[in-house]
Amino acid sequence: MIRVELPQHLQTLAGVGREVSLDVSAPVTPRSVFDALEARYPVLRGTIRDHVTLARRPFVRVFACARDWSHESPDSPLPAAVASGAEPLLVVGAIAGG
Amino acid sequence: MSAVRVLVGTRKGAFILAADGKRQRWDVRGPFFAGWEIYHVKGSPADPDRLYASQSSGWFGQIIQRSGDGGATWEAPGGGIKQSADGMPQGESNKFAYDTAPPTGKPLTTHQWYDGTQHPWEFKRVWHLEPSLSDPDVVYAGVEDAALFRSSDGGTTWQELTGLRGHGSGPQWQPGAGGMCLHTILLDPGEPRRMFVAISAAGAFKTEDAGATWRPINRGLQSKFLPNPTAEVGHCVHRLAMNRARPRVLFMQKHWDVMRSDDAGESWREVSDNLPTDFGFVIDVHAHEPDTIYVVPIKSDSEHYPLDGQLRVYRSRTGGGEWEALTKGLPQRDCYVNVLRDAMAVDSLDQCGIYFGTTGGQVYGSADGGDTWNAIVRDLPPVLSVEVQTLP
Repeated sequence: MIRVELPQHLQTLAGVGREVSLDVSAPVTPRSVFDALEARYPVLRGTIRDHVTLARRPFVRVFACARDWSHESPDSPLPAAVASGAEPLLVVGAIAGG
Repeated sequence: MSAVRVLVGTRKGAFILAADGKRQRWDVRGPFFAGWEIYHVKGSPADPDRLYASQSSGWFGQIIQRSGDGGATWEAPGGGIKQSADGMPQGESNKFAYDTAPPTGKPLTTHQWYDGTQHPWEFKRVWHLEPSLSDPDVVYAGVEDAALFRSSDGGTTWQELTGLRGHGSGPQWQPGAGGMCLHTILLDPGEPRRMFVAISAAGAFKTEDAGATWRPINRGLQSKFLPNPTAEVGHCVHRLAMNRARPRVLFMQKHWDVMRSDDAGESWREVSDNLPTDFGFVIDVHAHEPDTIYVVPIKSDSEHYPLDGQLRVYRSRTGGGEWEALTKGLPQRDCYVNVLRDAMAVDSLDQCGIYFGTTGGQVYGSADGGDTWNAIVRDLPPVLSVEVQTLP
């Protein structure tokens, strides 16, 4: 199972805790994880990725294994530790505004 | 006894203020959707317990919320786990996709950008939700970048009414300081196929075929920031208002100028007259006196606060032209708040109530047509919108 940590606002919106677990078929990439996340929680569609373009929203960041994956291709394979469930994929609201 | 429910959208959540018909003691509920910007909350005239809210965030985008019990509980329609016939999950309640289909979206191309170049439409948020007068499941959404959407399934799915952007003048529309937003939607209670909308900065538009086709209605408007001050489009209309008993008479607070139309928007004349400044955002009409209107003059387009630190509502009982300052109960020194365009509303009790919210977090109410005011709440987040429901 893939583990995904969500920021507080998205936890509230989806009615879940800090971490959700998802079945994701290989290859495990940001795209495949977010596809699975949105399929499980349709209310999250449009909140992490744009509805139409599926581009990451500008103030959302994606971290994995202490590395920023925000600017990687959505089809780049995530670390093995994420794919195995040993480490979570972190969805983070960027520091912005006041 | 009758009651009122004031629906307040703020920068950090929604609040519901409730009182009986005396409007003296208020119950304050909220924040709902804490931490999110709530641009607008509005109830269905056909079912007062059906509320819609526009919830948005610079981080996480647009959410539509719906309540079926007057705001006690909420849901994102279509946001649950559902399967379509082909097994794919559904959940389109937050999706506002501009129509780019060749048959209907062809003329919908670009608008004017700040540097004079053309810029593609980009959805940012829903500014205003206008439920149908007769069907609780039908609701219109005015969005930024400016366009009009309609839902006929209670906010679950949204379709653009392409005739508005398809009017062809889109390349001349431009964003104002607040963005290029469609912020006003007026439904004509006497002519169900007639609607009015207003866009900053494009102007006012009208349809008489339920939204299929639109045309600008800006004759009489003058805007000095335009190369042609009387251009057909490009005007920064801040707000339109009508009295439901007399829907052919419209009032407008423009970027500068308070305007009036007696022919359903076909022509406008200025009625600012003795206002101390005719810049402002809100305008509204008394529920029972169609010629009694209210504005909150703001110093200027570069100083968005009242003149001299004195918060004053101005009332005209003559449909414009002659204005009186209403000050009793409002701060008359050191007040430098703004009142945004969707932040004034009137109830329909016999003694008409007027309400407005400020960027300082106050919501003021008057239960006597504006003669005296009281702060219902003083310390909310900056208020973006105020609506009121009159309940049996």
